[in-house]
Amino acid sequence: MDVKEIRKQFPILSQKVNGRDLVYLDNAATSQKPHAVIDAVANYYREYNSNVHRGVHTLGTKATDAYEGARERVRKFINAKSTQEIIFTRGTTNGLNMVAQSYGRTNLSEGDEIVITYMEHHANLIPWQQVAKETGAQLKYIPLQEDGTVLLEDVEKNVTSHTKIVSIALVSNVLGTINPVKEIAEIAHKNGAVLVVDAAQGAPHMKIDVQDLNCDFLAFSGHKMCAPTGIGVLYGKKNLLEDMEPVETGGEMIDFVGLYESTWKELPWKFEAGTPIIAGAIGLAAAIDFLEEIGLDEIFQHEHKLAQYALEQCASIEGMTIYGPKERAGLITFNLENIHPHDVATVLDAEGVAIRAGHHCAQPLMKYLNVTATARASFYLYNTEEEIDQFIRAIHKTKEYFADVIS
Amino acid sequence: MSFHNLDTLYRQVIMDHYKNPRNKGVLENSVTVDLNNPTCGDRIHLTMKIEDGKVIDAKFEGEGCSISMSSASMMTEAIKGQTVEKALKLSKIFSNMMQGKEYDDKEIDLGDIEALQGVSKFPARIKCATLAWKAMEKGVQSKEN
Repeated sequence: MDVKEIRKQFPILSQKVNGRDLVYLDNAATSQKPHAVIDAVANYYREYNSNVHRGVHTLGTKATDAYEGARERVRKFINAKSTQEIIFTRGTTNGLNMVAQSYGRTNLSEGDEIVITYMEHHANLIPWQQVAKETGAQLKYIPLQEDGTVLLEDVEKNVTSHTKIVSIALVSNVLGTINPVKEIAEIAHKNGAVLVVDAAQGAPHMKIDVQDLNCDFLAFSGHKMCAPTGIGVLYGKKNLLEDMEPVETGGEMIDFVGLYESTWKELPWKFEAGTPIIAGAIGLAAAIDFLEEIGLDEIFQHEHKLAQYALEQCASIEGMTIYGPKERAGLITFNLENIHPHDVATVLDAEGVAIRAGHHCAQPLMKYLNVTATARASFYLYNTEEEIDQFIRAIHKTKEYFADVIS
Repeated sequence: MSFHNLDTLYRQVIMDHYKNPRNKGVLENSVTVDLNNPTCGDRIHLTMKIEDGKVIDAKFEGEGCSISMSSASMMTEAIKGQTVEKALKLSKIFSNMMQGKEYDDKEIDLGDIEALQGVSKFPARIKCATLAWKAMEKGVQSKEN
């Protein structure tokens, strides 16, 4: 994997920020976009912008082919059985809400349980809180180990015959933990529950095979994997999706419309009301092409190496606390003693290094870790060891800077 | 050279308030406001004694970065002993200062607050600085109603 060549594909990376080379380490929030994706979106708007599934004209056909072609591209990417199982959404949040509001509302009632973990992003937590309130179901949390991993024994303990839904992140956006989703799917199924996977932090970085994982639903976002914002994917097993009611209704998703009753199109379109995110889907297909040409396994190995390299460097920094397990995806969440993460992020920004500071949309996890906020550096295929060095130097400078003013 | 910009943000007086916050604590039987900044998790618990249109005393507790906590410390210092009217006027001045707008401080001594002027050059940090002032405004208004 030639990172130097890869970097040339990302026009945004070759700029200076505050007089320094930009080091973009906020990839868990959103990734940068390569020429191939920017061009695919621009080409659609320049050359064949049109609505899909209705125009009889040439541009309409071209747009429909590209949009449905993108669906096939996604199907292959996650190895789903059929494009009927691929629903385009606005992003992971949208996809998880759809499962909660459609599958959840229909299948949950009082006495039932929804089981999640303490490490979930708000997007895989609040939709379940809401549907639990509406249906009288109970929301349960699987505890975490000290290092931020989940023990299968704890999953076994918490998933019972009352459990209808288990929902878990493939990769934690805070701890970098990679969860044993395949094994959790088995436990869920043994108890008659379905498994929902929040793959927002997984899909951009590792090969996903939904048939191998045997998950029932899986949601991810395009913008974290080189595609535009506003496009995402919800995968669902066909037999489950067929029985589900649409969450949104309106144009595009109907079969026959009467004055008082209507019927829906077949899968997947019954879940795609209104003009879909055509440019976004085309951009996502281009992003998948781009990532697969490099290879998801190579990307994962590269980020893993970067994370291990960064962890080694960080270990010798006094007063630096790292959260999460040693074996992890390509991100590092940390705190510096006596320096608030906002202040860390501001000083790093002055050094050209972009990181995230705050609660990372995981307030219950922050509480569980007994911190109010943390800083996070997250890596992607275009990051280099030199950039990690610049990050580490900036951390040292932060400590020096605050040592002067605080002590 | 590199930290020149940062020095306009992290002024000595700000760091002093961060390290030694004034008016830290809780006042019993007082106007109480809890406010947080949901995007970053900063939070303030502000208590004020307001009598006859005057802020007799103010104390705060909270969690947050150097900017939000020093701003809270300075804010409580600034409004203590002032009329509600003047406290709100200060808040308006502060808000203008944060947005980089002109402000009229002819009749008001801003004291330490002026040190926060540099925050306006760091748009991502303005919300940190205004949290305490928003809490104060909310508390004063709840007392009036």
